[in-house]
Amino acid sequence: MRKNFKPGDVTGTRLIVYYIVLILVAFVSLFPFYVMFVSSTLSTSQILNIPPHLSFGNQLLENFKNLSEKINISRVIFNSLFIAITYTLLTLLLDSMAGYALAKYEFKGKSIIFGIIISTLMVPSQVTLVPMFIMMNKIGWQNTYWAIIFPALANAFGIFLMRQNMTSFPTALIEAARIDGCSEFGIFFQIVMPNMKPALGALGIYNFMSQWGNFMWPLIILATKDMYTLPVALASLEGLMYKDYGMMMLGSTISTIPIIIIFLIFQRQFVSGLIGGSIKE
Amino acid sequence: MNNTIEKSQPNRRRPRFVETRWNIKTAPYLFLLPTIIVFCVFMIYPFVSSFFMSFQELEGGKFVYVGLKNYIRLMKDSIFITALKNTTIYLLIQVPIMLVLALVIANMLNQRFLKAKGFFRVSVFLPCVTALVAYALIFKLLLNTEYGLVNYLLTSLGFPKVDWLNGPISAKISLIIALTWRWTGYNTVIMIAGLQRIPEEIYEAADIDGASSFQKFKQITIPLMKPIILFCAITSTIGTLQLFDESYILTHGGPDNATITVVHYLYNMGFRYLKFGYAAAMSYVLLIIVAILSAIQFKISGSDDL
Repeated sequence: MRKNFKPGDVTGTRLIVYYIVLILVAFVSLFPFYVMFVSSTLSTSQILNIPPHLSFGNQLLENFKNLSEKINISRVIFNSLFIAITYTLLTLLLDSMAGYALAKYEFKGKSIIFGIIISTLMVPSQVTLVPMFIMMNKIGWQNTYWAIIFPALANAFGIFLMRQNMTSFPTALIEAARIDGCSEFGIFFQIVMPNMKPALGALGIYNFMSQWGNFMWPLIILATKDMYTLPVALASLEGLMYKDYGMMMLGSTISTIPIIIIFLIFQRQFVSGLIGGSIKE
Repeated sequence: MNNTIEKSQPNRRRPRFVETRWNIKTAPYLFLLPTIIVFCVFMIYPFVSSFFMSFQELEGGKFVYVGLKNYIRLMKDSIFITALKNTTIYLLIQVPIMLVLALVIANMLNQRFLKAKGFFRVSVFLPCVTALVAYALIFKLLLNTEYGLVNYLLTSLGFPKVDWLNGPISAKISLIIALTWRWTGYNTVIMIAGLQRIPEEIYEAADIDGASSFQKFKQITIPLMKPIILFCAITSTIGTLQLFDESYILTHGGPDNATITVVHYLYNMGFRYLKFGYAAAMSYVLLIIVAILSAIQFKISGSDDL
C-alpha cells in the first residue's frame, strides 16, 4: 500500500479521526434499525420500560399473534408484493420500449414526445391527485390493484434512464439484424433487450422499492382492509387508540427486511442505476 | 356495426399481420404507443383536468364554476400559510444541513486508504431504502417523551426531557432530524460518484503547492462538485416541497398545525373534507412554486456553463 502513496491521500491521525466520525455516522444510521428489530421481540410494556431493553426478548410470537388479529398480514404482504412486482415488470417493458424508440429511431414528433415526457418530471405528483381520484371512482377502479399500478406507469425517470442506456447500444448491430431480415419487434426483444440486463436490473430494483414504500396514493385509493398494502396497514395500526409498539415494530420489521435483503444483494446495480440517472455522461 | 366486425375478422387471421405492421416507419410509434396512452390517461388528462377543477367547487354533488375563489381563499387561509411557512423552514434548514453532511461524509468515504468503505457506504444508504411508514414509526418510538430512548439518554446525561413531538418548535426539529437521517445517505452516494470523477492530478498539484486539506476542499472539491451539488439541491427541494408521510405519521401535522406540510394540508382538504376544487388549486400553487424554484436553480447552473 505504501508504495502507491500519493500526496493527496489522508493518513495517520487524520485517518483515525475519519474512522471515528464514520463509525459514529454508521451507528446513527443503523441504530434505529436495531431498535426496530429488538422491539419486535418485546412486549409494549418492555419497550416502554425505563431503562430501555436493548436486547432481544421472547415476545415475537405474541406480537405476531396480535398483528394477525389487527391486520390480515399474509394478505397484506401479498397485496404489496403483487402490486410491486406487477408494476415493476410492466414499467420495465413500457420504459424500455419507449426508451428504445426514442434512442434508435428517427420519426416525426420524436422531440415533442420526449420533451413532454421529460417535462412531467417537474410536475409534483399531487397535481394529478384529485382528478385521478375522481377518474378511478368513475371507471370503478377504486380499491383495486390497477388503480395503483397504472398511474405509476407514467414513469418519465424510467424512460429517460432506458433511453440513455439504449443510446449507447451499437446501431450497427441493429442494422445488421435488419439486413438479415429480423423484424423490428424481433430486434428489440432478441437483440437489444438481452443486452440491457444491467440497466433493467437497476431500474427494476429502484421501481420495486419505490412502489413497496408507496404510501399517499394507496392510502387515498384503497378503502378496505383486505386491499391494504403494508405501509397503509402499518399506518392504520398507528391510528389505533392503544398503541401496541411491539406489534407495530414487528410490522415495520416485516416491511423492511425484504427491502434490506434485496438492497444488499443488488446494491451495486441499484447504486449505479441511481447514479446513471442523475449524472449526465 | 356487424359489417365492421365481419370485415376485421379475416384481417386478424392474416398470417403476415405482424410483419406487415412492424416496419421501420411504424415501429417507433408502436413501441411508444402504450407509453403515450398511459401518459395521456394518467398524466396529461388529470393535469389539465386539475387546472380546470381549480376554478370549480363541488356543490350538491356537481362541479360549479367559481372563478378565482379557490385561489383567493387560499391566500387568506391561515393554515395554508402556516403549511407554506413550515415547508419553507424545512427547505431552508434541513436541505443545507443535509447537503453539507452528505458532502463531508462523501469526501471521507472517498479516501483511498480507508478500509471497510463498503460497510460505511451501505450503512449510510440503508435509511433511504426503508419504507417511509416504518421509519416514521421508529422515530415516533425513539422520540416518545416519556419512554423514548432519546429522552432517556438526555436525562441520564443530566439534561431535561424534551417534548419532541408535541412542542411547536421541537416537533419541527424532530421532523428535520428524521428527514436528515433518511435522506443524507442518498445524497452521499450520488456525491461519491461525483467525487470519483475529479482527476487525482488536481489534488496532487495542490499538494505540491502546499495547500491545506480545507483549502483543497474549498478550492477544488466544491467548485468541481457544483453540478452534482446542484442536482442534489434540486431533487431535495422538490422532495421537500412534496413532503407528506413524515408530517402525516410522525406528528399528524401537529401540534396545532406546527408541522403540517403543504401536501399534508392538500390531502386533508381533498380527501378528508372532499374539497376537490380547493385541493386542485393548492396543487397548482405547489406546481408554480416548484417551477419557479427549479427555474432559479437551473439558471444558477446554466449561467456557469455547467
